[in-house]
Order: sequence, then structure tokens, then C-alpha cells
Amino acid sequence: MSNNIDLSVNIAGISFKNPVIMASGTYGFGHEYSEYIDLNTLGGISVKGLTLKERKGNPPPRIAETPAGILNSVGLQNPGVEVFKKHDLPFLKQFDTRVIANIAGNTIEEYCEMAEILGDSEIDAIELNVSCPNVKAGGLAFGTDPLLIEEITSAVKRYCKQPLIVKLSPNVGDIKSMARAAEAAGADCVSLINTILGMAIDIHRKKPVLANNFGGLSGPAVKPVAVRMVYEAAHAVKIPVIGMGGIACGDDAVEFLLAGAAAVMVGTANFINPAVPLDIISGLKEYMKKYRYSNLKDITGKLELN
Amino acid sequence: MKKVLTEQIADLEKLCDDVYKMTVRSEYVAQNAAPGQFVNVKCGGIEAFLRRPISICDVDRANSTFDIVFQVKGNGTERLSCKCTGEVDIMAPLGKPFEIDDRYKSIVVVGGGIGTFPLLYLLNSSKAEEKTALLGFRTKTSVVLENRFRAAAQHVEIATDDGTYGKQAFVTELLEQRILGQKPDIVYTCGPGIMMRKVAAIAEKNGIPCQVSMEQRMGCGIGACLVCACKTKKGEDDWGFAHVCKDGPVFWSTDICWDQCEDSR
Repeated sequence: MSNNIDLSVNIAGISFKNPVIMASGTYGFGHEYSEYIDLNTLGGISVKGLTLKERKGNPPPRIAETPAGILNSVGLQNPGVEVFKKHDLPFLKQFDTRVIANIAGNTIEEYCEMAEILGDSEIDAIELNVSCPNVKAGGLAFGTDPLLIEEITSAVKRYCKQPLIVKLSPNVGDIKSMARAAEAAGADCVSLINTILGMAIDIHRKKPVLANNFGGLSGPAVKPVAVRMVYEAAHAVKIPVIGMGGIACGDDAVEFLLAGAAAVMVGTANFINPAVPLDIISGLKEYMKKYRYSNLKDITGKLELN
Repeated sequence: MKKVLTEQIADLEKLCDDVYKMTVRSEYVAQNAAPGQFVNVKCGGIEAFLRRPISICDVDRANSTFDIVFQVKGNGTERLSCKCTGEVDIMAPLGKPFEIDDRYKSIVVVGGGIGTFPLLYLLNSSKAEEKTALLGFRTKTSVVLENRFRAAAQHVEIATDDGTYGKQAFVTELLEQRILGQKPDIVYTCGPGIMMRKVAAIAEKNGIPCQVSMEQRMGCGIGACLVCACKTKKGEDDWGFAHVCKDGPVFWSTDICWDQCEDSR
């Protein structure tokens, strides 16, 4: 029935069996969700943001629920890139799915060192996190200035053996210039959006809910902002764009593809339904069947403005 | 492969003011759950986007049902308190349970407020010879399920903050008095952070092992999103953030660094 529908997509020379990739920071290193879903069915997994050395993360509370979304400030808790490489990557490589290493650093040198460490590993791509809003020097400082994006991207590119994805922050005035800066510096792909900087206040305690005061907003609440930014980025650059922000069903994914994304990432929706990637894949197939599309190329960027 | 479960609501009972008991029919949970574990319930709606983690209050294996007791605190639990029939979408059972062992012949549970209820399941599952429940509530009207605790433990003592029922005392004072009489083999506690910290200190001072059931705002409920951090000891002089949903909710009291664990909700 759906045999003539081809969901595969090639991004920067890597073939993904389908365009549904798990977003960094929401899927750990895959262990937990592997108990609920066959990871072989996923297009790919972008792992929890890695740093050069272990990071303990921010104090709790690290999450606040807001209408149709959440604010988080985990603060990049992770065991460090070497531990990931030794202990977690072998687990992920048992599955037939693409593994993307998301990396964050305090300095350009740290990003480069991580790219070098991962160079001889089996990861399929590196995602440069220049957009984490939750740690002082964890990327966002780089991700809001096109000159710094260019500097860090070209520096890391020299050490990077795998395709380089630059994950962009929505906390900027002009997303197009950020995407162009990444492209000019040699990025193979851009992904967006990371979370939107936000705040929630406990009116009874007269204090922010999050211990870190601010956090990153994700979930359906951010989707319209994300779709707009993906549209703008996709029309500013020639390299492929991976779109994300509040995707919870197949139709949501189609919106991002129409706006110009070659693939999508799914994050927060996993928390409510671990089977949501399968729902998104089947929703996408249904849409394609309805309009008799056989390939994702029939959808990507096919938006017609009013 | 684990699954998200869609189960039938068998009963919903208002226990007092804002506290409800929901009975859910689920063979899977009834057969697989252990005391201290929780269910992550989808409440629905835009305001209750995430699931709500609620401890299992008791399990009836013969009838394939389990109970949860929850307090209405916001939009999610408000919605749940209106569901007296139909289906409920849950992930369960989740988390690390209490350690129940034949070595513990005499056990004491110390509960405070809404935290008392998961201890009922523990009492009903433990084969200890001597079981004591020390329960603290705000006031007389908030004392609920007393009969079920009396059926599950030989000794039940109740304290209220205002003295309108049982003793006017903190439940921690009941524990101190109890230990003077006879030292139990283990103390289990669940309730407000400040209470559990005191319970842990009393137990540790008396050389009694103590398990605490921690609470923290959760995201995924299975250990992937890392938001429900709980500061714990790591080796001699280091610490780290464990996660309440996967590494807990039950921890040994001596593993907790209490400075960041008191009611940060």
C-alpha cells in the first residue's frame, strides 16, 4: 500500500531512512526510550548535549510547565564526551539509526577538541550547539552573533571528520543572517530552533519557578515561531535545514517540510508519548498518500506564500 | 517492550477537601508494581501538558486494580478529579521501589500529608512481624484512609498540626518516642522534604537504616530528560544530581545531600 512512498532523505551525504530525528536533550542516549520503542524505526537520534568534561547541571527545579509547553534549565548535565564515546555510543550503534553527537563548549578550543575526539568514532554527524540558553558560556554567547557563528563553525570544521550541523538559536533578531553565517563558514546543515528563552513565576513565593530563573521554552507553544524561522532560514541558505519546535504529529512535521526543512526533530512530545515518532512517521505517510506524493522532495519547500 | 497503557477507571472517591482516590483496573500494573513506584498519568488539556507522577497507594492483585491518591494542586489534578469513569492514559509502574526484605522484622513508616498514602502499599506488601505507622496530617478533616492503615499495621499513631485529631505533635516527635521504646530494623518515610530530613536525621542518629521517597518536578518520568534532579552523594567527598524518576523516587537517606532537596517544588 505504502510501498511506493519513500521517506528516506539524504542530508550532507548521510542517508536517513526517514526524516524523523530525536532532538538533543530530550532523548538522553537512547537507553530509556529503547524500552518503549524500537530505535531501528527512527531516522536518527541527536544525543544529549555533550561537553568536554562531565557537567553536573543546574540545581532543581529544572522544569516549569507552561501553556502547551515546558521551560527547562537542565544545564547540560552529561558525563563528558569521552564517557559517551566509550559507554553510550556502542549501545546506540546496535541500532540501524543515525547518531548525531550534539556538542557544547565554553570556548572555541573546547568545541574543536570535542570534534577531534569524536573524529574516529562511529557517530554519523556532529551538531554544534551554539544555542543552549541554560549555561553561562554554553553556546548561546556564540549563537547570537553572526561573526562568532562564522568563527566557531569554520574552526570546528577544520577538526570535524563528520558532516557538521549548526544548531541555531531563536533568541536572535535576524535568523537569516545566522543561517548564512553558518553556511559561509562551511556548515553542512543547520538545525533550528533551540529553545526560546523564557521565565515562569510562582506568584505565591514571588520567585521564578526555575532555580536558574530563566529556562528554554519548548513544546507546541513554540511551533509557529519555529515554522516561521525555519521558513526564513531555508530561504536564506542552500544547505539543508532540519526543522524542529513543538512537533507532535505528522501534520506538524509536514508544516516544517513545506516551510523548507529536509528533515525534522522531535523533542518534548516524546515526554508525553514515547511512541510519538511512530505516529509522526505514519501521519507523514498518510499525508503523502492523500496527495499521491512518493518522495519527501515533493513536500520540502513546496510552500506557496499568499 | 514497555507500553503506554490505556486502562479503565473503576472508581473515583473524594476522601476530603481536595484529596481524591482513583481506582484503576490494570492487570499489568497490578502484577508488576512494587511499593514506592509511581504512575505517570496524562491529564490532558493545554494547561496540563505533561503527565502527572502519582505514587501507587495500594494494589489489589486478585481484582487487578490499583489505587492512586492525589491532591488537587493545579490544572492537571483538577481535571483528573473530574474523571470518575472512562479511560486513563498511564505509563506505569515507574521508578525504584522501597527495599522490602525478610531481614527487616520490625518496620516503621513515617508519613506526612499526601505522602502517607504510598506507605500503605508498603505496609500491605511487607511481611515484617511488627509494623508501625506514624502518620502526620494538618487537621482532623485531612485524616483519611485511617482504617486501611489500621488493617495494615499493628500500631498506628496519628498526629495533627492543630491537635484536632490524635496527638498534637509533629510526626517526627512520634518517631523519637517510638525509637525510645524499641528500635525498628528500618524506617521508611514519605512526605514534605523538611519532615523527611528530620526523620532521616533521627534514624541515622539511632543507627537505623532509612529509606526516603523524594519528590521533584518531572518531565518524561523515565530518566531521559534529566529535569527531576536530586542532589546525592558520590563517593567520599563528591556529589552529583541523580534523577527522582529513574534513580528514585526511593533513596537511602544517607545518599541524599539535603541542602538542595527540601521542598524545592
